[in-house]
Amino acid sequence: MELAIHTEVSDKARVDGASSSAPHKVTAQAVDVYYGDKQALKNINLDIPSNMVTALIGPSGCGKSTFLRCLNRMNDVVDGCRVAGQIKLDGEDIYARGVDVVHLRARVGMVFQKPNPFPKSIYDNIAYGPKIHGLARTRAGMDEIVMTSLERAGLLDEVRDRMDAPGTGLSGGQQQRLCIARAIAVQPEVILMDEPCSALDPIATAKIEELIDELKQNYTIVMVTHSMQQAARVSQKTAFFHLGDLVEHGDTTEIFTNPKDERTQAYVTGRIG
Amino acid sequence: MSDISAHSERIQAGLAKRYRAEKRFRSYGIIAIGIAIAFLAIMLLAIFVRGHGAFQQTHAALTVTFEEAMVQDNDWQGLVKQSLRETFPEVTARSDKRKLYKIMSSGAGFDLQDIYKEDPSVLGQTRTVWLPASDDIDMLMKGAIDRTVPEDERRVSDKEIVWFDQLRADDAIELHFNTRFFTAGDSREPELAGILGAVMGSLLSLTVCLLLSFPLGVMTAVYLEEFAPKNKWTDLIEVNINNLAAVPSIVFGLLGLAMFLNFMLLPRSAPLVGGMVLALMTLPTIIIAGRAALRAVPPSIREAAFGMGASPVQTVLHHVLPLAMPGMLTGTIIGMAQALGESAPLLMIGMVAFIVDVPSTFTDPATALPVQIYLWADSPERAFTERTAAAIIVLLGFLVTMNLLAVILRKKFERRW
Repeated sequence: MELAIHTEVSDKARVDGASSSAPHKVTAQAVDVYYGDKQALKNINLDIPSNMVTALIGPSGCGKSTFLRCLNRMNDVVDGCRVAGQIKLDGEDIYARGVDVVHLRARVGMVFQKPNPFPKSIYDNIAYGPKIHGLARTRAGMDEIVMTSLERAGLLDEVRDRMDAPGTGLSGGQQQRLCIARAIAVQPEVILMDEPCSALDPIATAKIEELIDELKQNYTIVMVTHSMQQAARVSQKTAFFHLGDLVEHGDTTEIFTNPKDERTQAYVTGRIG
Repeated sequence: MSDISAHSERIQAGLAKRYRAEKRFRSYGIIAIGIAIAFLAIMLLAIFVRGHGAFQQTHAALTVTFEEAMVQDNDWQGLVKQSLRETFPEVTARSDKRKLYKIMSSGAGFDLQDIYKEDPSVLGQTRTVWLPASDDIDMLMKGAIDRTVPEDERRVSDKEIVWFDQLRADDAIELHFNTRFFTAGDSREPELAGILGAVMGSLLSLTVCLLLSFPLGVMTAVYLEEFAPKNKWTDLIEVNINNLAAVPSIVFGLLGLAMFLNFMLLPRSAPLVGGMVLALMTLPTIIIAGRAALRAVPPSIREAAFGMGASPVQTVLHHVLPLAMPGMLTGTIIGMAQALGESAPLLMIGMVAFIVDVPSTFTDPATALPVQIYLWADSPERAFTERTAAAIIVLLGFLVTMNLLAVILRKKFERRW
């Protein structure tokens, strides 16, 4: 058989992926995205289940990052970007009139490709979100939030005694975990990750992947990744994008072992992309 | 194989030429810098050589008797004259006496008044006091008047020179530090003229200028860079701001004359109006520098803030503006330094008037440092030459201080993390 899959799908993915009857947190229906005259996404229909990791894969320029940024309306700030169709979070259209983007982004957090901590102290980095959303009434309450967030991001032990040190002084992997801690400090429901490990070395990557796996207990995670192995390791659902089309989506196990579309097969086996 | 060696030889042959070109280019650069530095050094040296004399003033020691009648009449200059007559009893002719009086400054009497005010017990007593000599004697003392020139071609007559030499032989003539230069306003007499009025006028104008142009400039830059949609209207505004930065400053002066004085009826020659006109001139500089500073803030910071759910205003106020502030401050101080050295627009709104009093409020008539330099440079008295140069030294001192301040502020607020 031609199909030679050199990507091992972890047992975890197999087991979790099997129980696919979980409710859908985010549903996209007939989503088209245009940058000026250019259509970046064509008729995307995708359901993202709760408390799972959904990986968006595909070659560069296929629109997976664009789709990710539609989910918390980060595309709003891009000039000439237009989104058609419906994206629902818990059944509510996030592009409907009267939806508050600030509230939406508090519910749908984001971690970026390049770690981008604020040029402030570690403490202030985490405290910024809760502060602007008014989540902590007292200093003690804020301390509590900061500590819990760092704990969950697995960073607390490394930074406990230098909370006042600048966030930008940490190593790349620590910075990215700081960004994750910052995102979970406002207790979002969904966390979007745009290639969170692409700027990190394998050891830092392993730590982040471990963290993602833990986080899915409490959060719905959507991540864009260029690494097939990473998608196979951490995700339960995978969606394959190609040239603005959503070619195929389903359980990660299925996509990697038994893809239905030729393009998917070619991509996951490393022949294109 | 031979092909490869031929190739390598060709590269080798070209190398020497390349290095020569590089050396040549570097030496052009060094020569250019050398010429620039030489000109700067010549300029500074020339100014210093001409100007340093103004920091000293010739004083003569006179034995003055504070006669009660004359003090009551406030005839202080009369006391000076009387003292001169007593010092040179041989001078009797009327015309000679008039010449004798010209040895001392016409403002010497004011110093006597000050002495009396400070200590009224001097009344009726005789004291030896150092009083400022006239500008001609000052020039003679500093060697600026050539004694070999025929008498009718020089400012100081032969008799005055004799009296001067006599005083000098008695050690009654000395150069003292010229405090008056830093504490007095303008005067027609060089030995009485000071720059405090001009310095105060400049400071008051710059205060108005800063208070107007900094907030307006920062707000404009932030709005245009962070909030305004990119369309042909904002393009038009941007082009016009850039054009505004290139408008000759005298045009802003004309605008100030037409708008602030003739239409809004604000006071003439006032630092308030001067500051407003300078603010018009400084605004484009601040806006352009501010926009450049905002553009230099990495977009990832904005994304991070937006991703956390910060509103656009929060993103700008909490993250972008603090990072852009050092650049904005630098631009502002450079704009202020420009405004400090500007004279043309101030001429149009009457800040070129001869003003003796030191201004203390924003509506007092005032002049500014560069205008004072222009006024003195235009005065015929020989002694104003060195005062002009000295005023330039003071102006340059202010400019250097401001630029230093810009560097220090940038270093202080710059985030190195």
